[in-house]
Amino acid sequence: MTSGLAPVLGEAQRAPGAGFKPVPLWMRILRGSLHLWRVRIGLTLAALVVLLALIGPALAPHSASAFAGIPFAGPSAQAPLGTDALGRDVLSRVLDGGRTVVWMSLAAASFGMVLGTFFALVAGSSRPLVDDAIMRMMDVLLALPVIIFTILFISLLGPKDWLVVLLVGIAHTPQVARTARGVTVEVMQRDFVRAAQALGVARRQILIGEVLPNIITPLAVEFGLRIVWSIAAIAALSFLGYGIQPPAADWGLMINENRTGLATQPWAVIAPVLCIAAFAFAVNLVTEGLARTVAGVDRSTRS
Amino acid sequence: MAVATINSLRVEIPGGLDVVDGLSLEIGPGEVLALVGESGSGKTTIGTSMLAHARSGARITDGTITIGETEILELAAEPQRALRGKTIAYVPQEPAAALNPSIRIGRQLEEVIFDHERHVSRAQRRARVESALRDVGLPVTDEFISRYPHQLSGGQQQRVTIAMAIILAPRLLVMDEPTTGLDVTTQARILAIVRTLCRDHGIAVLYVTHDLAVVREIADRVIVLYAGRVAESGPVEDVFQQPGHPYTQALLGAVPDISERASLVQIPGRAARPGERPSGCFFHPRCPMRIERCESGEVPTIRLGTAHHACCHRAERVAQSEPRRPAPTRLPKGAEVLLAASRITASHGRTEVLHDVSLTVHERECVALVGESGSGKTTLSQCIIGLHERYTGTVVLRDRPLASSVRERPKDARRAIQYIFQSPYNSLNPRRTVGEIVALPLRVFFGSSHRELHAGVRDALERVGLSAALAAYYPDQLSGGERQRVSIARALVCRPEVLICDEVTSALDVSVQAAIVELLRGLQAENGLSLVFVTHNLALVRNIADEVVVLADGRLVERGDTASVLDAPRDPYTKQLIADTPSIKRVGDITPVS
Repeated sequence: MTSGLAPVLGEAQRAPGAGFKPVPLWMRILRGSLHLWRVRIGLTLAALVVLLALIGPALAPHSASAFAGIPFAGPSAQAPLGTDALGRDVLSRVLDGGRTVVWMSLAAASFGMVLGTFFALVAGSSRPLVDDAIMRMMDVLLALPVIIFTILFISLLGPKDWLVVLLVGIAHTPQVARTARGVTVEVMQRDFVRAAQALGVARRQILIGEVLPNIITPLAVEFGLRIVWSIAAIAALSFLGYGIQPPAADWGLMINENRTGLATQPWAVIAPVLCIAAFAFAVNLVTEGLARTVAGVDRSTRS
Repeated sequence: MAVATINSLRVEIPGGLDVVDGLSLEIGPGEVLALVGESGSGKTTIGTSMLAHARSGARITDGTITIGETEILELAAEPQRALRGKTIAYVPQEPAAALNPSIRIGRQLEEVIFDHERHVSRAQRRARVESALRDVGLPVTDEFISRYPHQLSGGQQQRVTIAMAIILAPRLLVMDEPTTGLDVTTQARILAIVRTLCRDHGIAVLYVTHDLAVVREIADRVIVLYAGRVAESGPVEDVFQQPGHPYTQALLGAVPDISERASLVQIPGRAARPGERPSGCFFHPRCPMRIERCESGEVPTIRLGTAHHACCHRAERVAQSEPRRPAPTRLPKGAEVLLAASRITASHGRTEVLHDVSLTVHERECVALVGESGSGKTTLSQCIIGLHERYTGTVVLRDRPLASSVRERPKDARRAIQYIFQSPYNSLNPRRTVGEIVALPLRVFFGSSHRELHAGVRDALERVGLSAALAAYYPDQLSGGERQRVSIARALVCRPEVLICDEVTSALDVSVQAAIVELLRGLQAENGLSLVFVTHNLALVRNIADEVVVLADGRLVERGDTASVLDAPRDPYTKQLIADTPSIKRVGDITPVS
């Protein structure tokens, strides 16, 4: 017996008059999360970084590979952030080096989400034997350190962007699958799934039509986390020399190239570090805000 | 001298809306005062106010609460805390949630003493734990005291929480729906314990419930709440025999009773929530006896007898009126057997939960499947629908044997048998609109076009008494009763022949239950549907079923015509069940445990 307060969202929100348009849940979550400062700040910051990465090349005063002065020169009118280990303009390289990290981390995270969710849905709706087989396979994958795993394949096949995306995505799969399987199993036991089963709806249809919409919010939060992880992994791979290859500009690579001059020309390292940190931080803020809103909305849509 | 007095209490939620306003009550020693009302009436809010507590978001903004001599709302937090448990104790609805699952019950009981009285010796503590357990009729063996909560049955758990509440000999006990979710037999035992506690220890009890039959059994006086206000108050006998408020009358008309078969009278509209309350009498939009005066201004409290008051302009008139409760017409059942489940034996894992049970349903017949929790009634109904596959025996639909798994059954069989789940909060996909939910079976069974879907959904919603506009809403924007109607609509679009209703009203308020039961009865008459009505509520069985099948521990113990089973039960289990079912017609006949 529930009594007392009307839920914050939901029933109370229903106006008796005409012209009422019901709001889908994801919209309510989006609106709700926009009330949080962390989400506003995060979205703004993430948008700035993405914008920088996208239109940066057009704004760069120099070519990313052109020499603008002596190596490790301090900030000057010519090069506002100084020059790097080879005497190229740091500002231009920062403006040019964002695209790779941004698109690769987004692509890797998306790929990992799709793969992980697929395995989770199959595992969560199968007989225990199949479920166990899939999830133990995921555990094996989880046991391999991400960096070693990717480096292994990159050493074999050569450093290619798509390969990095693929490998980092695969490395995400077990984590995503574990999260998604948990919620899938929970949803599978609910009566509306049993109701669909009783109608004879095919399993694929049940998974797509009944289960997936109910796990989409935790998945959105997981996606945010995966992006942050991807940024770190891809920047780390570039730093180690297994990602983007010189002379291309890339934030992760720049940190590696210029770390020897950290004492004389710190900007060459600090600028790309700040960019990576800002992007990761921004995505994290949004994720955190979404997670909080989801928790609040879920509470009010139950019962 | 009253144990507890509340004077013009007001509890607000953010926005200045009130959940409860201007509420006053008084409880004397050894008295049981029932606080009865439907969801959202503010009964739980008043219950927790007695402990000077308001749930998060709510605030007690006005009024006084006096326990003995102490005005508790004026106390600081620490003395308030000291009162809780010692002077005023609380028994929650969900014992499983109230007990710590990882601490032995003996320790949990001792902790209550330790919290309030530091200097009690171990031996004394132990002695008091034992005496409290004895008071609630639990064994006091070492083995029992060192059990964990999960090793107890639901009834035993609830008795442990009662023991926890009385162990410090409080003056007032607040019980919030303590028997909701328990079997009738367990409920009868708990009620007897409450009675004993009042008699032997002079404890005053504020009993919060939505169940009028329980009120009649247990309470000395009753307060009927509507939208956070007192609608009527008085001695139980007076209120039940001559209700002076139309709402009380309507509630009594909505409750099914085991002693007589009658139509359940629905209350039109729905309860006014904070923020959507009308002017004048809050009940007037739903009231069949309203006059112009009811629509604005203050409502007087009219005295109808010693201590019997009703807040209604026409209280005297209402008290004299005889509510109409026509006996429902009963359709003759068909001769042909529509559905037959024979010799069903089913198991969950390795445990056999159903032993050799058979069930036949004729055309246009309503068969009630009765039993307490764990009796196997849900398992049997899920075997019939094909969701529980691990059984032996046969399910036959119109002479055609069906496969045990729903996936292997032909489309037509899946369509003909429809299942309505217990909780409407769980059986509708929260991420789909009502329209999409109702359209799903249409797509599966009839491959309808877009336009047909639209028309089919509209038609189905209207048949269950919902506005077609609701198709665009999500389930969480609907009330519990509306949701259950949606699940009925989802079953109806299949054009079923048998509808299996699994405890479909147990999560709903009585007035909503009345509406759902009448809806099902109407559908049965209109469409010649057969019903399998799974329930633990014998009063409902009396009101809807033609035939009863009683299950106990997975075995069929009795079956037969409703009237003959309920009036002259042969099996001792059925007899016990009937005796334990409280009735709004019967004066409290529970004997205190000695």
